[in-house]
Amino acid sequence: MLPLAHIDSLGEALRDAVMTSPAATALVEVDRHAETRSLSYRDIRDEAERVAGQLGAWIDADAPMERRLVAIVMSNQSRWITTAIGAFWAGATLVPVDYKLSAAEQAAVLRHADPRVVVIEEPLWRDLAPLVDAAAAQYLVVGARAGAPLHGGAAWAGDDADAPRSSGVAVRGREDVACVVYSSGTGGDPKGCMLTHGNYLSQAESLGRLFPMERGDSYFSILPTNHAIDFMCGFLMPLMFGATVVHQRTLRPEFLRYTMQRYRITHMAVVPMLLRAFRERIDEKLDDATPARRALVGGLARLNEALTLRRASHAVSRTLLAPIHAGFGGHLRYVFAGGAFVDPELATFFYRFGIPVVIGYGLTEAGTVLTVNDLKPFRADTVGRPVDGVDLEIRDADDDGAGEVWVRSPTVMAGYFREPDLTRDAIVDGWLRTGDVGYVDPAGHLHLVGRKKNMIVTAGGKNIYPEDIEAAFDGVEGVAELCVFATDYVWRRAAGEALVDEQLFAVVRVADDGELERVRAELARRNRGLADFKRISGLLVVDDELPRTASMKIKRPILADLLRADHARAELTPIDLEGTA
Amino acid sequence: MTATEQRLIELAAATFSVSATGLTADADMFEALGIDSLKALELLSEVELEFDVQIPDYELRGVTTFRALAAKIDERR
Repeated sequence: MLPLAHIDSLGEALRDAVMTSPAATALVEVDRHAETRSLSYRDIRDEAERVAGQLGAWIDADAPMERRLVAIVMSNQSRWITTAIGAFWAGATLVPVDYKLSAAEQAAVLRHADPRVVVIEEPLWRDLAPLVDAAAAQYLVVGARAGAPLHGGAAWAGDDADAPRSSGVAVRGREDVACVVYSSGTGGDPKGCMLTHGNYLSQAESLGRLFPMERGDSYFSILPTNHAIDFMCGFLMPLMFGATVVHQRTLRPEFLRYTMQRYRITHMAVVPMLLRAFRERIDEKLDDATPARRALVGGLARLNEALTLRRASHAVSRTLLAPIHAGFGGHLRYVFAGGAFVDPELATFFYRFGIPVVIGYGLTEAGTVLTVNDLKPFRADTVGRPVDGVDLEIRDADDDGAGEVWVRSPTVMAGYFREPDLTRDAIVDGWLRTGDVGYVDPAGHLHLVGRKKNMIVTAGGKNIYPEDIEAAFDGVEGVAELCVFATDYVWRRAAGEALVDEQLFAVVRVADDGELERVRAELARRNRGLADFKRISGLLVVDDELPRTASMKIKRPILADLLRADHARAELTPIDLEGTA
Repeated sequence: MTATEQRLIELAAATFSVSATGLTADADMFEALGIDSLKALELLSEVELEFDVQIPDYELRGVTTFRALAAKIDERR
């Protein structure tokens, strides 16, 4: 890891990174089974200097922050990285826009940010162009096919050999804003978190100590790079450590394994949905194995668990469980899981096979992570302990010790861009109120129980968090998706109406309709194991996928609107409440 | 139904072992094939080979019908 104490900006840190080991491989791009691009650190420097030189036509490094914004709307690829580096060197503030958002959502973000320059991939531009004023910013279209209409944008290669170069690095202080990151948002207007150079450098230091990388390590960049986790773990940190970042054009599962093997992937970050897909693959393999072989793998997994309980040992696990590891390329050291609640049972499953799933908790407003499981020892039931520099308090705790999580940290944003009122609500006396509710156990681990704004207050005055109940139904075989609501939230939200006869219910999508009765029975069984005030009283079976944000969180308000439009409360089917667990 | 739509439906039906009979261009692709969005990426792989086009994963944003996917294919040919 580069020493960062004397460094004041990401531009400087990245400049040092590309100078340190010029010949090492920095970025690799793969399409299906073919490598389509490979850049050394020297190549990155070359390309980023050209980007910086060209951006100089529109970006004045001395202008106020809001007049030197450069937005990137691109899927994960090496040009994303070189564009970002070039933008930092040119003195721009970056606006990473989620390429997975709909064009209308992207337009809303760009309207709010109002950047000078937007670097955008051609197919994304085709959808976005009709929704924005192409003259309001300089749209630079990457990867445009010859003859493709540009709708007022300009074709751009970034690494054009004739383009002006700039080898300088704009001077920025730690307090200057490096990025305006728009949260994926579960509804409502876009909110841009202003993250400073100091925020990122502090986070890189604390995470770098916990999960160091080295030259020769390879990070597989799967989460969108605009996402806080990939921006830190799949861009800044690998480059600062001299490691390699691998991008793959498509995330189709059949190509993932090949890439992981070929590039000896050591680190990756995933959302829980992908972990589940991995698990299914292992399960299928074990199902196909002979009983003797299954027993052997199970025995080895238990042995591995015993040997590595206090501390992960990759050597032990890889030797004992080579066939399982081979499925992940054989070199995987850490899987960072973020973006949504991780089922503890799922994380444990991987740990047993010697693949540590690092569970953390963070929000865009506070950089990348606030708490993380340090794997000493492995625990899947919490989101870990605060990382260095994070002060964490539980405020307004209820009788059970659960209350809103407040944090103070050098990674907390400067505020919401152009939203002073929202900023005042979110940051109070230097403390960020996260809106999440949790408690801290005697070992200092944070347990999250839900989002404050999703909280349901029962007629009996009990606070209930739908996520808490959903966790109890996690991993039921045959359930594709499940989300818990209060009936009044969905069907009666008019102001002034009394909350009467409020009941909890689960929206369920099953993988196979034939499984419905078995699923219903299992949900009923688990439901009976819940405290009575947490039990659901009905099910609503739906056919469509639940709406999710780019980071795969269910969009609750939108789902509630859809349910209200398409279903009546009377459609709830009662769930068996009799008997005991 | 266009030729692309017809070919797409046949390809999709074969990929997921369902009958193509009765599938229309406006049918909900996910429902008709019994697939989720991860599985839909597999279909995209087949589409790329069959039609010799490149379609990024994110082009499935907002696509629900065979007609909409066929349009994405035609845009690229």
